[in-house]
Amino acid sequence: MSFPWKFELERRLEVSRWVSWGVPTLSVLAAFFFGGIILSLAGAPPIETYRAMAAGAFGSISEWADGNFFAVTETLVRATPLIFTGLAVAMAFRMLFWNIGTEGQLVMGAIAGTWVAIYLPDLLPWLPQTRWVYIPVGIIAATIAGAFWAFIPAIMKVKLGVNEIISTLMFNYIAILLYQQLYTGPWKDPEGFGFPGSAQFPEFSWFPKFSEIPVLNVLSGRIHFGFIIAVVIAGVLWVVMDKTRRGYEVRLLGENTNAAQYAGISVIKNVLFVMILSGGVAGIAGLSEVAGLGHRLQAGLDVGNGFTGIIVAWIAKLRPLSVVIVAILMAALFVGGDQLQISLGLPSSISSVLQGAILLSVLSGDVFTRYRLKITRVVVGAGVVGEEA
Amino acid sequence: MDLDLVTSILAIATFAGASLVLATIGEIFTERVGILNLGVEGMMIMGAVTGFATAYRTNNVWLGVVVAGIVGGLMALVHAFATITLRADQIVSGLAITLLGTGLASFLGQVIGPDGGPLVGLTGPKFTKWPIPGLSSLPLVGEGFFNQDPIVYSLFVVVPVSWYFLYKTRPGLYLRAVGESASTSDAVGVSVFGRRYGYTVLGGVMAGVAGSHLSLSYTPGWTENLTGGRGWIVIALVIFATWNPARAVVGALLFGGVNAIQFRLQAEGTNLPASILNMSPYILTVLVLILITRTDKLRQTIGAPAGLGIPYHREERE
Repeated sequence: MSFPWKFELERRLEVSRWVSWGVPTLSVLAAFFFGGIILSLAGAPPIETYRAMAAGAFGSISEWADGNFFAVTETLVRATPLIFTGLAVAMAFRMLFWNIGTEGQLVMGAIAGTWVAIYLPDLLPWLPQTRWVYIPVGIIAATIAGAFWAFIPAIMKVKLGVNEIISTLMFNYIAILLYQQLYTGPWKDPEGFGFPGSAQFPEFSWFPKFSEIPVLNVLSGRIHFGFIIAVVIAGVLWVVMDKTRRGYEVRLLGENTNAAQYAGISVIKNVLFVMILSGGVAGIAGLSEVAGLGHRLQAGLDVGNGFTGIIVAWIAKLRPLSVVIVAILMAALFVGGDQLQISLGLPSSISSVLQGAILLSVLSGDVFTRYRLKITRVVVGAGVVGEEA
Repeated sequence: MDLDLVTSILAIATFAGASLVLATIGEIFTERVGILNLGVEGMMIMGAVTGFATAYRTNNVWLGVVVAGIVGGLMALVHAFATITLRADQIVSGLAITLLGTGLASFLGQVIGPDGGPLVGLTGPKFTKWPIPGLSSLPLVGEGFFNQDPIVYSLFVVVPVSWYFLYKTRPGLYLRAVGESASTSDAVGVSVFGRRYGYTVLGGVMAGVAGSHLSLSYTPGWTENLTGGRGWIVIALVIFATWNPARAVVGALLFGGVNAIQFRLQAEGTNLPASILNMSPYILTVLVLILITRTDKLRQTIGAPAGLGIPYHREERE
């Protein structure tokens, strides 16, 4: 007695448009189905919960009619660091450099940005104290700090062969502990009444809110300049990675390292290039969080943006422009999840569960874009129907 | 250094290192068969939360360990299915298991307590120390090796048996063969598919049990982020141990020892800030990693399984 069907995977010769869109969509639905089971087990009605999440993340039609886009702007605020980290991860993963360290690179960017905002004005009093100077200087400092934090594992990888997955990861923990040490210790605000956190940044180092920028001021709320930088960088990286020789070399190295090396492409040069780029972009994410939102170095930077960036990059298939879209959708899950805590009293970590499930099911589902499932009926004792006995 | 200090450091090191040893040996089995599972952190933390919840509800620590093992095994099964059957990327799938595990553990920690409430802050049953009469009063090693909980004692069996199995038995030889070259093994009739599934799940079970040792003994109770990156240290320890279960003990004791010294220094008061001390295991991991990658000779003689991370599909054999 054997199973009457035989399942085989057969490589697709060409992938139709329908398949390349349909399969990931079905995968995401499968993840939501899985999430629904978890929700039901926790005693929450899934459909109603998802509806509440959607409303929390995007608002409702009646709110939009009133010109209230608060939910949408909150989602974009949450998406901003994810766009940066998603881009950072995507650049590195393109050449199969497994940069798991964007979380630490982000934190280092925030530390550098804080130093510029709080200590540079005293150090260089002649520097004009305007946003036109301090925002670019902050961005440069954050880029350098993030790039430096990525450069160490990168150079260890290319010169010594040290496994980058573990080294970048350990650098996360080191950076996070350094950051916690700084805002609770030496950089703690002396006038903060014992509250852990640095002093507030001077206003000339704040990222402007949309409400302060002409044209963009149709959106109020917390949304800030960081979002614009993120989108611009996505565009620039799209050009660099898809339209330039350097980007082509990186892609080639990722697809076939040996062939690329035979063609005279330097691994060392490209790993360092990509990691400096990747770390630098992640560093700006940290600056954007401190200069755009809290205006001080305080708890709450190490919330896993680096890890969510991995989900974002992979689902976006490492394409810079898709990263922006996917980051916004992942942010919607977070914002919607937070809303659940308020409206239905459910733990907001359901959004992390859903994100993990989405990544896993998109990843697993990907096999069906590359292969087709061939099911053949097996007649017991006669072999496979249609095959010669 | 006085003898008491060494004794107490060894005791804490063993206690802290036990979960690392278990999870590392599990991951060694998985990697030896050619599957890289970066989901250890996720499997450990799920083991920790489900193990504690089960023990709390049934008032039975052993049931907690069993459930933790099953949960870890199930999560590894997901990784096996995704990477072996569905041919997904092993690195990304492992990361996904960790992300899913940490998210799910945090979620469960808030809803599977009494009356659908949180588990955080509850005091539940925990393993007690079982001092072995006579041996536990030995100088130096008595406290560390013979006044521990049953999970630590289980290592006296798990470590030698794993080593013997891997290097001295036929199934162990087949296991290593599959990890070295799946296609060669398959050609001589050693099943690749079943072994890869089996040892991946075994690795998950051990990671789950390791997690439950944290929540039921080492730091009893449940808090968010209980594992604190131990799953990642395990991945590094596998390399440190050069895929050899016996060496895993040395590595785990070393990391446990760093924890112990950190505790001692904090207790005795020191000028070093706590976070610098807390950084030490992570800095040590990086240093160890550099050291072992530098010693090329060591790597060549007892190095990584040649087929680690390389997927195998019979019909696409090259």
